[in-house]
Amino acid sequence: MAFTNSVFGFLKCYVFLTVAAGAGGVVLGYDRSQLATYMWVSQGIIGVINVWGQLDLVQQIRTGNVVSDLLRPIDLMWAAAATESGRFLYSMLVRFSLPVVVGAVFFTLYVPRHVITYPLFAAALVLSAALCFCLRYLLALVCFWLLDVRGVWTAWLLMSGLFGGLQFPIELWPDGLAAVLRATPFPLLFQGPLDVLVEKRSFDVLGLQLGWLVALVALSRVVQARALRRLVVQGG
Amino acid sequence: MADNPYLRVLGAQVRSQAQYRASFALDLVTATVLAAVDVGAIFMLFRVTKTLGGFAWTEIILITALSVVAFSFADGLVGEIERLKTYVRTGLLDTVLLRPLSALGQLLVLDFASRRLGRMLQALVFYGVALVVAPVVWTPGAVLLAVLAPIAGAVFFGSLFVVFASLAFWWVESGDVGNAFTYGGRDFTNYPTTMFGGWFRGLFAYGLGFAFVAYLPALALLGRSDPLGVPDPLRWLSPVVALLALLFARTVWRAGLRRYGSTGS
Repeated sequence: MAFTNSVFGFLKCYVFLTVAAGAGGVVLGYDRSQLATYMWVSQGIIGVINVWGQLDLVQQIRTGNVVSDLLRPIDLMWAAAATESGRFLYSMLVRFSLPVVVGAVFFTLYVPRHVITYPLFAAALVLSAALCFCLRYLLALVCFWLLDVRGVWTAWLLMSGLFGGLQFPIELWPDGLAAVLRATPFPLLFQGPLDVLVEKRSFDVLGLQLGWLVALVALSRVVQARALRRLVVQGG
Repeated sequence: MADNPYLRVLGAQVRSQAQYRASFALDLVTATVLAAVDVGAIFMLFRVTKTLGGFAWTEIILITALSVVAFSFADGLVGEIERLKTYVRTGLLDTVLLRPLSALGQLLVLDFASRRLGRMLQALVFYGVALVVAPVVWTPGAVLLAVLAPIAGAVFFGSLFVVFASLAFWWVESGDVGNAFTYGGRDFTNYPTTMFGGWFRGLFAYGLGFAFVAYLPALALLGRSDPLGVPDPLRWLSPVVALLALLFARTVWRAGLRRYGSTGS
């Protein structure tokens, strides 16, 4: 929710501005205004990509109601994707804007120097939402095997934030771990779009996001096909 | 002991949660491992700076550990009370109120999440390590505070969970507003208050009292004064503040229960 996101914006922005003060003004190549933008806009992105929103599919599988979903003449994955994309515009208006406005009122934010950054950032955000959907969809499919996904979900809640660049740019992790993370889609969820916005990176982020999106959609299709083959509906 | 209805429900809860074994094991392990990563993330900050808000990492570790113990115990024992809004919205609370047992007590055992046991244990180990690593000035008073401060912190956070869950009695769709102060409070107490600025620091540290959870008792244990000029005696007051929070939570909870009017369905 936008209010909670804003409170966290304050918390994280103060922490990183203190770190910047101790490190001589620049942290990992981000200056003070870039850091402030990073921290505030990341809070806005949480809602836009709905990173902590569990898909309804999980409960449908758990209860066995997924059967009625399967009877419909629309594919499971596209149905879920349609629901999620409906949220996107609404959350851009409410959950994205509010933290960014609050951040801009109380801190000096970074203003992109090139006009092209705005459409690039918008595209990166859309791709990030799509990636985030695919990952959450795969997590939901795991439910076909485990029936109870609480454990996997707990892992996702923490990992998406810590390794996706929500808490801080992944370069802050030890170099080995950061290198491993760069080979995963995680940092493309938060850090990718944010780096585009503060003009540290541009088209390479979009390219990586597109590549991962194709791979993850393909993977989701394969896993879904296998899951449906082993589906046993519980109880009458 | 088997006659105690709370313990029975608690036992049944733990057994039922352990039914889906793979998921339960994964849940317990990931929750524990990732909690460690979560705390470790704070210390990654020292990769780029020597001090944070005027404190070295050996001092910050004590503040963070106090905050982690306080929060993980409160969250583990009371945190699930945030499900109250579901009970209120669906009217399920009626069932709870019909039984001749404490409503709060029932809700706490009914929603007990056993996976959080790992985190509590881990938090205690972390606190033990922090007490050794940090340059604590050991006096009889410090020993007493080292024992009381984490308990007080847990009571403080626990009260906070109850207060914000009680919001549901007046405002059913309160969403995650409470999280801003519970989880937000945890993040705030992880660090010295000197890292925050302006009215935001005033509000969280003293308006809401979060400075008393970890920062002020840690200062007392370290034998340091607050660089921002908070009087030294205040550093010892966390048990008192926790008690006040508890009384406040009790009042709010009771007022909320009195106001509860079911759903009419």
